[in-house]
Amino acid sequence: MSRRKRAAAPGTERFADAPLDGSLLEIEDVKTQFKTPRGLVHAVDGVSFTLERGKTIGIVGESGCGKSVLSRSIMGLLPSNVVRYGSIRFEGHEIGNATGNEMRPFWGTQMAIVFQDAMTALNPVMRIGNQLMESLRFHFDVTKEYAEETALALLTSVGIPEAERRLHEYPHQLSGGMRQRVMIAIALACGPKLLFADEPTTALDVTVQAQILDLLQQQQRERFMAMVLVTHDLGVVAGRTDDIAVMYAGRIVERAPTRSLFEHTRHPYTEALLKSIPKLAQPSHSKLDAIAGRPPDLVKPPRGCKFAARCPYAQAKCITDEPPLVDPDIPGHAFRCFFPVGSQAGADALTRNLAAGETATGLPVRKDGEVVLTGSTV
Amino acid sequence: MQVIVRRVIQLMVVLVVVTFFTSILTALLPGDPVTTIAPFTATAQDRTNIRNQLNLNENIVVRYGKWLGHFVTGDMGREYAGTGVRGQSISERIKDSLPRSLILMLYVQILTLLFAIPLGVYTAYRAGSRVDDLSNGFAFLLLSVPVYVSATLMLLFLSVQHHWLPTEGWVSFGSSPIEHFKHLAMPVLAITIGQVAVYARLLRSDMVATLQEDYILMAKSKGISDQRVLWRHALRPSSLTLLTVAGLNVGQLIGGALIVEVIFHLNGLGFAIGDAINRRQYIALQDYIAVIAIVYVLVNFAVDALYRVLDPRIRGARIG
Amino acid sequence: MALESAETKIVPGALDPAAIDEPEDEVFEKRRIGVLAWIGIGWLGLVVLIAILAPLLPIKSPTLGDYVHPQAGMFTPGHILGSDDSGRDVLSRVIWGARASLLISLGSIAFGTLIGGLLGLIAGFKGGVTDTVLSAFFNIFLAFPQLVLALTLVSVLAPVKNSGGASSGEWAHRILVVILAVGIVSVPLLGRITRASAISWSQREFVMAARAQGATNRRVMFREVLPNVMPAMLSIALLGVAIVLVLEGALAVFGVSIQEPDPSWGNMIYSQLSNLNSAPTVWIVPSVLIFVSVLALNYLGDVVRARFDVRESAL
Repeated sequence: MSRRKRAAAPGTERFADAPLDGSLLEIEDVKTQFKTPRGLVHAVDGVSFTLERGKTIGIVGESGCGKSVLSRSIMGLLPSNVVRYGSIRFEGHEIGNATGNEMRPFWGTQMAIVFQDAMTALNPVMRIGNQLMESLRFHFDVTKEYAEETALALLTSVGIPEAERRLHEYPHQLSGGMRQRVMIAIALACGPKLLFADEPTTALDVTVQAQILDLLQQQQRERFMAMVLVTHDLGVVAGRTDDIAVMYAGRIVERAPTRSLFEHTRHPYTEALLKSIPKLAQPSHSKLDAIAGRPPDLVKPPRGCKFAARCPYAQAKCITDEPPLVDPDIPGHAFRCFFPVGSQAGADALTRNLAAGETATGLPVRKDGEVVLTGSTV
Repeated sequence: MQVIVRRVIQLMVVLVVVTFFTSILTALLPGDPVTTIAPFTATAQDRTNIRNQLNLNENIVVRYGKWLGHFVTGDMGREYAGTGVRGQSISERIKDSLPRSLILMLYVQILTLLFAIPLGVYTAYRAGSRVDDLSNGFAFLLLSVPVYVSATLMLLFLSVQHHWLPTEGWVSFGSSPIEHFKHLAMPVLAITIGQVAVYARLLRSDMVATLQEDYILMAKSKGISDQRVLWRHALRPSSLTLLTVAGLNVGQLIGGALIVEVIFHLNGLGFAIGDAINRRQYIALQDYIAVIAIVYVLVNFAVDALYRVLDPRIRGARIG
Repeated sequence: MALESAETKIVPGALDPAAIDEPEDEVFEKRRIGVLAWIGIGWLGLVVLIAILAPLLPIKSPTLGDYVHPQAGMFTPGHILGSDDSGRDVLSRVIWGARASLLISLGSIAFGTLIGGLLGLIAGFKGGVTDTVLSAFFNIFLAFPQLVLALTLVSVLAPVKNSGGASSGEWAHRILVVILAVGIVSVPLLGRITRASAISWSQREFVMAARAQGATNRRVMFREVLPNVMPAMLSIALLGVAIVLVLEGALAVFGVSIQEPDPSWGNMIYSQLSNLNSAPTVWIVPSVLIFVSVLALNYLGDVVRARFDVRESAL
């Protein structure tokens, strides 16, 4: 058990270590496959992006699209029946094929992860204080008193009142929001440069969600951390991320700076996601736009575009060919579609489908006023 | 405090139910108990005396009541040894033999846990590997061996053939620690072997489930060593089932202890029970059983308390 | 335009739950039981068969002494598995002993399953006061060392006679007594497991449906719940037989099992305790037999439980 002894105690600025040029995180064509009795599950099927220090990227998609697997994959936290491909470079070091043992020095100190449900992610039989101090005392050569002081400071900085008392309490004695804060504190304890937030607010009340997201943003700013914010809710990433990558069936289908994604949406899936968010401006009892159908089988994914079966724009080409991820019109705004939203080709495709009453894949479509409806809602 | 009261009540209930049950059975004896107990030479007067002594003239409930009354006040009576002869005091016998049985059981539990916990943890850590499969199969084999078979095998090999260990008898710790352990080595091992297999498998299955939990992944993501994750994070929540079983198992343990006590002539409570059965000392038998019931409930009491220590969630919702 | 896809069946309007196919998850697939299980069944079947056929087999009498060949080792002509101190043939004693041991284990578990199973079913199904009372009853006795209870019961119901010599009436009497005693002792265990299973099945919807259709409680209990509870009962019964097989030996150690000169696997082991070196086959053979049979029973009990995916709480 080799401890990484650091001269500086945690809390002091460490971004002097990072190279001044080059990104903090560069992943290229990362694939992650699970060996199951049914076959190989292609959970992540070729994902690439880069992330700079101090920036946030949002990864958005339905459950099962591979976004959670992606975070764990990048960190290297997956079990041994998992195969990873592709390049993952952290501060220039290639870690894509590192083993658990090799990755361990990175965990906690360089990169950390916050999970969805704090109730299950915190050890129920261990006091909060101990869970907080554990990584501190493991990675750094500090005294118990120092660790306790740091723990207190951490708890306070994440907005937990009466921190002194909380140190000795157990997870079940805290409310959901507080538990999530504690989990964030634990993740940040050793001052990582990269934070993965895996659906950090899904398990929380709506009122608490905003607080937690604000907290994350604040911590990120103060520590100049890079953050990967994974969620199924586009509302969560709006206004809190620099870039957004939309994932579907293990691939990125659209990736753009946040504003561009919302203002110049290109991929039909993204469009559908946007439309399915209920907006205050809508009159009450408006029909919500659920996306008909369900994600494809990840063991034997279909040929061609993975979204074709549910896409109102689908044409014959979508069934046979897989669209590449390209950014033809706006640089930096990449998407994976032959008939993208907001283009002439896309508009024509939609018109053709509406006229026929169904798409190339047999998905029924019709228009209800301004709204396009698909599937059995027809 | 409420908890303690509840426990004591539970103790009483178990005690009464079990001993009443025993005495009912005694009452159901086919034939006249007196004829079985009294020797051929007994006169009619002797028989009447026996009758009176054993309260056989009264009905079962009264008889039981009298026994219970005596027992609770500590008067456990004496064995019946014939007219005019004072039989051995039962409580004396208990005072001598009970501690021995308890020591035996204690050694067994300690040794078992000492082996079973690392085994369970390791096989859970390496679940699915060949080591795991082998060890699982081996454990299965071990727990299929009856205690008296392993005891006999050990006796043959270690004692009869090689004279490394003595065959029987009890030596107290006070008089000679080495001999004490030498005499107890085989009896303890005979029981431990089967128990280790059971406990290790149990712990393993719980650990495997625990290792799937999110907080284990979280602990891992903090960068701490696998060893630490296993022992500091995973073991404690997984040990609850083991604890429950260890508690319930005291009953089985007592049974196993009885067997080895007879085989190795260890003069503990088990031996006393066997003796009482052989010599048809039914009152003594009832007393012994009552004592076992008490021991059993107390152990469960301890297990419960330990539960609360291990799992803070159970400690009661008094926290604000 | 209709679609033809080699890989995925695209279901238009697939939001309709009825249209979604069942996932082919082999978690739900019923696997065939493996070779080991069949070996186990074969072994047990063989033992039972031989025990039943004992009187018809061309073996010596189990109680007949052969003073010409006492303490014979294995493969001695005429005593293929050796003989004991009085020259009684081990093979024959083991076969006749199998009768005793098997009768006791199967009989007592059958008794326990019948009574314990019934009580457990009622307790689990009815709930309420009945359940509380029965549960308490189960728990108290389950907790208690089975051996002690069994010992007490046996010794009380059929005290050992000091006079030697046993008639066949005696043997039968003792077998019955032991079956009864051990059966009674096994009731709580079987009752508790059956109850747990009954509770979980009683809460299923098809039970409510049956009730809603006007079936009486008794009918529902026996026709709907019982068949589903049986795998759990079978699994624990198999384990129970193993336990009793071992228990019989323990009873022999205390001298209350089958009496001399009749053999049982248990008393054969015990009889040699004082002189292990001489005539070792006398205790080795029944030990091995008990071990293998218990192994087979434990394994099968496990297989049954895994096969039917019975969820039982920790014993």
